[in-house]
Amino acid sequence: MHHALHIKNGIVIDPKNGVKAEKMDIFVKDGKIVEESEVKGEDVKVIDASNKLVVAGGVDMHAHIAGSKINTGRTMRPEEMRVVRNIANKFRAAVGRVLLTSPAIGYEYAKMGYTSSFEAAQPPIGALHTHEELDAIPMIDKAALPVFGNWHFVFKYVEAKDIEKLKTFIAWALERTKGFGVKVVNPGGVEAWMYGGNVKSLDDQVPSFNVTPREIITSLIKAVEELKLNHSVHIHCNRLGVPGNYETTIETIKLAGGFSNDARQVLHVTHVQFNAYAGDSWRTVSSGAEEIAKTVNSMDNVTIDMGQPIFGHATAMTGDAPFQFTLHRLTGARWSNKDSEVEGGAGIVPLVYLPKNPVHALQWAIGLELGLLIDSDKVVLTTDYPNGGPFTEYPYIMAMLMSKKMREGELEKVSPYVQKASNLPAIDTEKALEEVIHMTRSLPARILGLPQKGHLGVGADADIAIYNLNPLEIDTSNDFEKVYKAFKTAEYTIKSGRILVKNGELVDEHWGKTYWVDATGKVDMEAIKPDLEDYFKYYSVELQNYGVEERWLKKPERIVI
Amino acid sequence: MAEENIVCTFCGSVCDDGQFDTEKFKSKKLCKLGSSKFSKKERIKAPMIDGKEVSYEEAIEKAAEILVNAKKPLLYGWASTVNEAIRLGVILTEKVRGVYDQCASVCHAPGTLAVIEEGLPGGSLGAVKNRADVVIFWGSNPMEAHPRHGMRYSISAKGLLIKDRKQRKVIVVDVRPTKTAKLADEFVQIKPGYDYPIISALRAIISGNADAVPDEVGGVSKEKLVELAETMKNAKYGVIFYGLGVTQSRGRDRNIENAVKLIQLLNRHTRWIIWPMRGHYNVVGAGEVPAWEAGYQYAIDFSRGYPRFSPAEFSAVEVLKRRDCDAALIIASDPVAHFPRTAVKHLKSISVIQIDPFPNMTTLVANVVIPSAVAGLEAEGTAYRMDGIPLRVKKIVETNYWSDEQILEKLLEKVEELKR
Ligand code: SF4
Ligand SMILES: [Zn+2]
Repeated sequence: MHHALHIKNGIVIDPKNGVKAEKMDIFVKDGKIVEESEVKGEDVKVIDASNKLVVAGGVDMHAHIAGSKINTGRTMRPEEMRVVRNIANKFRAAVGRVLLTSPAIGYEYAKMGYTSSFEAAQPPIGALHTHEELDAIPMIDKAALPVFGNWHFVFKYVEAKDIEKLKTFIAWALERTKGFGVKVVNPGGVEAWMYGGNVKSLDDQVPSFNVTPREIITSLIKAVEELKLNHSVHIHCNRLGVPGNYETTIETIKLAGGFSNDARQVLHVTHVQFNAYAGDSWRTVSSGAEEIAKTVNSMDNVTIDMGQPIFGHATAMTGDAPFQFTLHRLTGARWSNKDSEVEGGAGIVPLVYLPKNPVHALQWAIGLELGLLIDSDKVVLTTDYPNGGPFTEYPYIMAMLMSKKMREGELEKVSPYVQKASNLPAIDTEKALEEVIHMTRSLPARILGLPQKGHLGVGADADIAIYNLNPLEIDTSNDFEKVYKAFKTAEYTIKSGRILVKNGELVDEHWGKTYWVDATGKVDMEAIKPDLEDYFKYYSVELQNYGVEERWLKKPERIVI
Repeated sequence: MAEENIVCTFCGSVCDDGQFDTEKFKSKKLCKLGSSKFSKKERIKAPMIDGKEVSYEEAIEKAAEILVNAKKPLLYGWASTVNEAIRLGVILTEKVRGVYDQCASVCHAPGTLAVIEEGLPGGSLGAVKNRADVVIFWGSNPMEAHPRHGMRYSISAKGLLIKDRKQRKVIVVDVRPTKTAKLADEFVQIKPGYDYPIISALRAIISGNADAVPDEVGGVSKEKLVELAETMKNAKYGVIFYGLGVTQSRGRDRNIENAVKLIQLLNRHTRWIIWPMRGHYNVVGAGEVPAWEAGYQYAIDFSRGYPRFSPAEFSAVEVLKRRDCDAALIIASDPVAHFPRTAVKHLKSISVIQIDPFPNMTTLVANVVIPSAVAGLEAEGTAYRMDGIPLRVKKIVETNYWSDEQILEKLLEKVEELKR
């Protein structure tokens, strides 16, 4: 096997390094991008990329790809598994419509030129399960974000205003779950659900704890910033899926105001589409995207991702258990729920986005509004897979953001309700190819705090996608079908210097790394030991048996803070 | 030396607070069922081909030949081994284009069908211990089948909101007074096969249609049903733990579906969850692993090179009854003892490979017998408690036996070699 590559004559777009569609050669050795001189005298495989687009591999910073939620979804929905994507041969059998099996997840990302994906909600006590599934996904690098916002330990330390102990607890939890960063889902609201309720504002008190969502969020931001974790607090806001929730979202975004970090945002607000509704009922609902966009654009320390719905099948699965129940009541669809010890909960409900349904069409429009109205340096492209639909339709979103003409065509097919309830029809913005590349590569990598990802500079991981698209010639406004097709299947996907996909076909299998962040060196772990020992009486497992050891993982990559 | 916090690998309670004295070879804190597993037991001495002792390598080679030469092998069992072995088993089944099925297909599968119809509104056992003020065991009898379940999670367990046994109301619904019923605050005896109408009656009462309920349903008076419905509505956090009494009696998956609808309804008033009392310690893993690897929990046919799910066709009993397999690998299970006669008859007529630490009836019909290490005692790995909570079971004593994982890894390697 060649361990060096020379990607010749490609047209490179590499936003992080300021490369805007330049004809350039890229050299790869031992899984990294290197200078030309480094491959001299090596057995180099040359890839002719003439007239083709060469970019870094895609980075999905928020998807639900592993763990008890997606797996319950699979069990609940065998009808999702009847699409056969690969018959067992050199590669594994792969099936799934929107919900995919683990092998299918890896294969589909690779075929699309994506090389990393982050599981965005890991129930802490279920961490081992999440990691087993991550280890069953071939091709890509991955990581998981454990969920903190309804964990009793967090409530207790926030209640006591003890940021030191909160920091220690975060470090402990990341180490035990082999997690990457701090995810927060409907802080306080899931605890309220244990009593059949929810929280309705940032200042509602959490039942039986003297804390509010506002205090939980700000304390977690403070702790994460003092720990200097790679990734900021990553929040699924309160009041998701409720008309009028955009105001809560804006209030939440503003909580980042008092904090700063030179390298990245201090708050990432996820799948904002689901939290961007104005109006006071489903009958009067309209888009709150413009107000949210104004707020995000006015701040220099907040980023978001879209959570774009794709028309067709989807499965709602979140740690926001009360929302999932509301959705079940609204649609009458199947409902799974999982209350989890003293850590929070989750729910799963199948759904389908119909273009002629006024609310679904509005959701679709809001996602796009966010993508178009927010600075390309602050908004990442996601579907919140599988909540908004498949990740395999990222190319559709990319093409839509770059072409008003495409959007006009699509607008004709959807409910006319969007004409009055959203601003999408009036938006002329067409993102440039570099911007969309940034929104799918360099930006998510920066937000996650992964300097070796999302770009093609010397020293970066050799995760590279080559697409059959010449950026010097393509008219992205008019040739949107070509753009869509090109991004759908990569000509080449190269992961850690290995060619995994050629002409859209899998050619090699690779097992990526699982990143986790070790901040235990920054805190005094002894400080919370008595608390852990005491409060674990409310667990149904022993403290000593809680968590995941590194040696149980296939390819762990520890990042020491 | 005493090992602390060992994880019991017998029943679905997967108690993780056991102790084990390696010198005396004796466990502490486990129940009778658990401590019997963690004691010296009769073992299969060595790998065998047609009754003759051979090396592991020889037995595995022979097993690989049988699987590769079969048109459609059945790979069955899995509920009493660890996820690492199960995963290799699913990949192996895919490779040899066979049928994967696991013990759930003869016990809790109706529960899975109900999940497909209505979902599973549930919670972890820790949520029950902390919050549940009403606990109903419906057709389940933990005092016999999961002896420490009550103490650790559900009956006398103390938690965040439930500080005392008196704060929790325990109700048993069953066709006979069980051992668990004796501990309950209330026992509701029902006529066999009347689970469905009784659940329907409760749904009617709770949704305000008590008029539609006759004076007696399935041996329970209307008065009693109204009282039960009130208890349920007034609970702060209730749970139904159902067992084989519901899944294996008339109505089967429809019973569970109806019960799930009852839970959906109750959540409009207060909080309720429902959960199956799964039997073997890792029967949950035997369904979860194939779900992520192949999309389904059991009864999976790979004969076309991709997974297909059809319980009525591809469950082990059906495949055997139809004589639709020409070889079988049986792991950690004893179908000869438990399957219907026609199924066993076919099993006896085909080549059978057995992987198991302990001899059982299936050993007597197996052509290739491969003894394995006992997970939790001699081998480590991941298991899912009945509520899906993952726990790592431990290796606490040395052994010369290969683990299921090692055996399957080698077997898969051999199969790949032969297929090349
Ligand atoms: S209840 Fe089950 S898991 Fe617990 S000790 Fe007994 S047999 Fe083992
Ligand atoms: Zn999400």
